[in-house]
Amino acid sequence: MSKPEKLIENGIRLDGRKPDELRPIKIEVGVLNRADGSCYFEFGGNKVIAAVYGPREVHPRHQQKSNSAVVRYRYNMASFSVEDRKRPGPDRRSIEVSKVSREALEPVIFQEYFPRSAIDIYVEVLQADAGTRTAGINAASIALADAGIPMKCLVSACAVGKIDGTLVLDLNKDEDNYGQADLPVAMTPDGNITLIQMDGNLTKDEFKEGLEMAKTGCMAIHEMQKAALMEKYSSQIEGENNE
Amino acid sequence: MDKKLVIPGEFLSDDPSQADEGTYVENNRVFSSVFGIASFNNGIRVVPMAGKYIPKPGDLIVGIIKEVTYSNWIVDIRSPYDGLLHISEIPRRIENDEMSKYLKIGESIMTLVSDVDANMKVELTLNDQRLRPIKEGRIIEVTPSKVPRFIGRSGSMIAMLKNETKCNIFIGQNGRIWITGKDKGMELAIKSLLKIEKETHIPGLTDRITKFIKEEKGEKVKVKVPEKKEESIEEGIEKNIEEEKTSSGGILDELLGDEK
Repeated sequence: MSKPEKLIENGIRLDGRKPDELRPIKIEVGVLNRADGSCYFEFGGNKVIAAVYGPREVHPRHQQKSNSAVVRYRYNMASFSVEDRKRPGPDRRSIEVSKVSREALEPVIFQEYFPRSAIDIYVEVLQADAGTRTAGINAASIALADAGIPMKCLVSACAVGKIDGTLVLDLNKDEDNYGQADLPVAMTPDGNITLIQMDGNLTKDEFKEGLEMAKTGCMAIHEMQKAALMEKYSSQIEGENNE
Repeated sequence: MDKKLVIPGEFLSDDPSQADEGTYVENNRVFSSVFGIASFNNGIRVVPMAGKYIPKPGDLIVGIIKEVTYSNWIVDIRSPYDGLLHISEIPRRIENDEMSKYLKIGESIMTLVSDVDANMKVELTLNDQRLRPIKEGRIIEVTPSKVPRFIGRSGSMIAMLKNETKCNIFIGQNGRIWITGKDKGMELAIKSLLKIEKETHIPGLTDRITKFIKEEKGEKVKVKVPEKKEESIEEGIEKNIEEEKTSSGGILDELLGDEK
């Protein structure tokens, strides 16, 4: 798609959303049988799958830490996830995304409970439409909970950007390509930021306002993550004490 | 209601002295640290819906021999950490080069975790009357965190299963279950155990399983006396309630009762 004349008109964006509206989200928990925990996450046009294994033995051995678990995060885009075939395998971008995503989740995991072990997180992007790292983090944090790994809380992530001088929540592909800024944020429900990156330019005030918008977005996502986990065991446990 | 499904980070209580397993305390407030079922009787604990087995001293588990070294058997205990069974930890004295004769790779043992150090070195022992290599029967695997539900309150679930299937069932803390008995009984036991695994979080578990077993058994006699089926279910429940009342004492003694 070539650059459209206007990305936002009368407060309505190209895909019909308002500036502070998220794309539709669909979450499924426990989609993989082999993994200890897993999650399928749809975030607008993004489709990602996260698998969590562990805690398990560390291979290669030299990576292990004697007093805590190591967390390994692999972000990978499928070759068919974008219009032009993506050359498979890790590249500069996916190595960076893996690193920042791992650091976004590490602070909430009780790593010290499992010395000399590894917690492996695999995130596969099946279809990409801007904001895959945030989708990956959302999926991974649900998969970690599904695997029964102790953590302080879930992590939720979404991006804020600037298009035609207006701050908008959760950019899609065209807004990302032709907009002026992209600011992905990951945070805990109490507002502690675990990931923040910025591409493009924002003024100090815009940055502050954007962060507030991201916070609202993350809270909304957190509620959906919670609902998805609850859904897995929908038949409730009330009255279990009769047994 | 004193039980509910919680996610990590969910606020549970203002009383930090109540905090137990599956929780953490921050600013004198108790939060859940896992995704699971929180209960508020005698302290607040959260039992996770999934997770790996983490060995504790005193746990009775089922292990599988993975490797034989000069003086140790390395045992797979379904955990991130391997178990070590030293040659001196078995009931009789054997020579180092005869270790494989006593226990080969792939063989299973019913064993006790004698010690776990800070580096998660797990030491096992067979030096106990109750312990032995496993030579017969079948082993199935279930979620370790759900083990208490398989045993039931003061052993009610396991006692019922053993009684109904005429099998010997040993439930290892690591989620491996060893079943011995007649083929038909074992099949029924495995079916019921897998049903328990799927439905642990739904209330009325023991009753449902009793009913399930009666139905499974009922199918076989259905042709002769189809009307009797319902009665037998009710009988079963009554019988089960009686059992719950009478069953007491150590779970282990019950598990091994008829083997001794």
